[in-house]
Amino acid sequence: MADYDLESAEGRVEALRRMVLIRAFDEEAGDRFADGEIPGFVHLYIGEEAVGVGTCGALEPDDYIASTHRGHGHCIAKGLDPKYMMAELYGKSEGYCNGKGGSMHIADVDAGMLGANGIVGAGPPLATGAALSIDYQDRDQVAVGFLGDGAVAQGQVHEAINLASTWDLPAVFVVENNQYGEGTPVEKQHNVDNLSDTAGAYDIPGLTVDGMDVTAVAEAVSEARSRARAGEGPTLVEAETYRYRGHYEGDEEPYRDEEEIERWKDRDPIESFKDRLIDRGELTESEFEEMQAEAEAEIDAAIEYAQDADLPEPREAYDDMFAEMPPEIERFAGAARTDGGRPGGDRP
Amino acid sequence: MATHADSDTDADVQAEPDVDAVESENLTLVQAVRDGLYTEMQRDDDVVVMGEDVGENGGVFRATEGLYDEFGDQRVIDTPLAESGILGTAVGMAAYGMRPVPEIQFLGFIYPGFDQVVSHAARLRTRSRGRYTCPMVIRAPYGGGIRAPEHHSESSEAMFAHQPGLKVVIPSTPYDTKGLLTSAIRSPDPVLFLEPKLIYRAFREEVPTESYEVPLGEAAVRREGSDISVFTWGAMTRPTLEAAENLEGEIDVEVVDLRTLSPLDEDAIVESFEKTGRAAVVHEAPKTGGLGAEIAATIQEQSLLYQEAPVERITGFDTPFPLYALEDYYLPEAARVETGIREAMEF
Repeated sequence: MADYDLESAEGRVEALRRMVLIRAFDEEAGDRFADGEIPGFVHLYIGEEAVGVGTCGALEPDDYIASTHRGHGHCIAKGLDPKYMMAELYGKSEGYCNGKGGSMHIADVDAGMLGANGIVGAGPPLATGAALSIDYQDRDQVAVGFLGDGAVAQGQVHEAINLASTWDLPAVFVVENNQYGEGTPVEKQHNVDNLSDTAGAYDIPGLTVDGMDVTAVAEAVSEARSRARAGEGPTLVEAETYRYRGHYEGDEEPYRDEEEIERWKDRDPIESFKDRLIDRGELTESEFEEMQAEAEAEIDAAIEYAQDADLPEPREAYDDMFAEMPPEIERFAGAARTDGGRPGGDRP
Repeated sequence: MATHADSDTDADVQAEPDVDAVESENLTLVQAVRDGLYTEMQRDDDVVVMGEDVGENGGVFRATEGLYDEFGDQRVIDTPLAESGILGTAVGMAAYGMRPVPEIQFLGFIYPGFDQVVSHAARLRTRSRGRYTCPMVIRAPYGGGIRAPEHHSESSEAMFAHQPGLKVVIPSTPYDTKGLLTSAIRSPDPVLFLEPKLIYRAFREEVPTESYEVPLGEAAVRREGSDISVFTWGAMTRPTLEAAENLEGEIDVEVVDLRTLSPLDEDAIVESFEKTGRAAVVHEAPKTGGLGAEIAATIQEQSLLYQEAPVERITGFDTPFPLYALEDYYLPEAARVETGIREAMEF
């Protein structure tokens, strides 16, 4: 049974809650990045919440996902804890990657989350391999590879889908088409009308769904999951969506105008789904407001947790390098002092 | 317009102009990249810039700003996100008379295209008995200090310097940036041109408006000294010079900016070392298998009897490039360079 099943009223409310939580997380992350509290780069998922939540709602809790550089939404949809995520964004020791990976590398084996990924298109091969392990060990799972529209142009994505198709692996590839590969529009990067048309090259089903509609995404992925479990191989699901923010925070976005952004916001995945649930009598306006307040409180608590968490010690840079630390690494680590000493420079 | 045949001896090219005597502009390092591209594109129609968001958007670091408006979409090509495709396409273009200058947004993004660089760009000349050449320049910002982990901060120059047939160039000043980039574009062989993004906008320098070359394969002595030779490049040049200043009166430090990592300027290394008898190498890449080892071996091979101390290596950790808190420890800074220099002096 999925964490939340969009075929039940309770599951739909839970799906909405996760979308609201993702948005609260990313709005706060954007603000804290602007304040200079969060280092590095952040790529926000705002506007695309229905894709991650719809996909994960169609999965079982022990299914696997491989994410992208825009991974916060996938993490929350898959059930990762915002407080450890935020600690990672802050570069703190308590974060999912010990504060060494940041926004773009969050991974959690317990949640079946193979990792966000700083390399465009690097997730699908991992999903193919995870699917092969499922097949080999005869487990009742699937592996989902998320990728963006830009990643469809990457060679390793082709290789991954071809392998999974040829070997009928229990994989699902979810293309989040947010209309831009970084700053270049999708139609200037691809020759096909719909990215799902590429499925024909692998002789697998490919379909394009409304990525602003969480139930449409969930239905497509659910069907793809069934096919995968039936031994019929992967499906390519393209979800048409839109990122409200720049490619990265700080992106000047010369490539699009406000009017276009507003047009997509009219179809906001959270607003529209909330309205539907209210129409169906599954939610009230005040319950929604309460949901939003709870999400904001949870994210505030995550921020506080992250602020109070510890920075990793220099020696921790060497933690988890190998199962067994080789002697020369041990010597380097021993030299990694906290006083600004010479961690890499000691003569063994 | 110059053709390839005469491009290396173009009459209007003045090598290393006197910056006080010619028209110049006060530019940052990234503006010098842009200026170098601009002057070469004006001079030679076969020079074509390509990469992710390099065109209409002017590049993620603005290194190609305005080139699209100036030269159009045939010469400033926005590509899909496809490093292997970008670099492989550039090899084919270079083989048949063009001078492509592909940009890889961050050096850490190059690995999907590594095969095209190593197996093809670097080997085309050898494979074809010198009949095909591969005059392309791969530009990529490299290095840390910008609070971003892994792929966005790493320095993997040693992987590329290890590839026969490929030149590796890293400037550390705006003046050198334009001159080295010009030489790289005119080079008949493939060049990986790594730009220290940490100092893209750190300071300005007068850069001649005209075209000029700073020769590849020649190091520059940034500071003369008699006690120890410190070899470095790119963004590490500044903390190394700072350390040298801090030690003034105590230790007389010579700082050599190698500028080209392949081919290494062995003469400059040996000349400096034989004067001082002691050496340190500062690089931000991990220690093991880094260029520091190559420089130490060069010194051993050529100047063993001058050697008064082991070559000190002041480097990043043997770990993936870490985020934030650990970055300040990972990257050599002046204090660590000073400690390393003292270590070599006290041996």
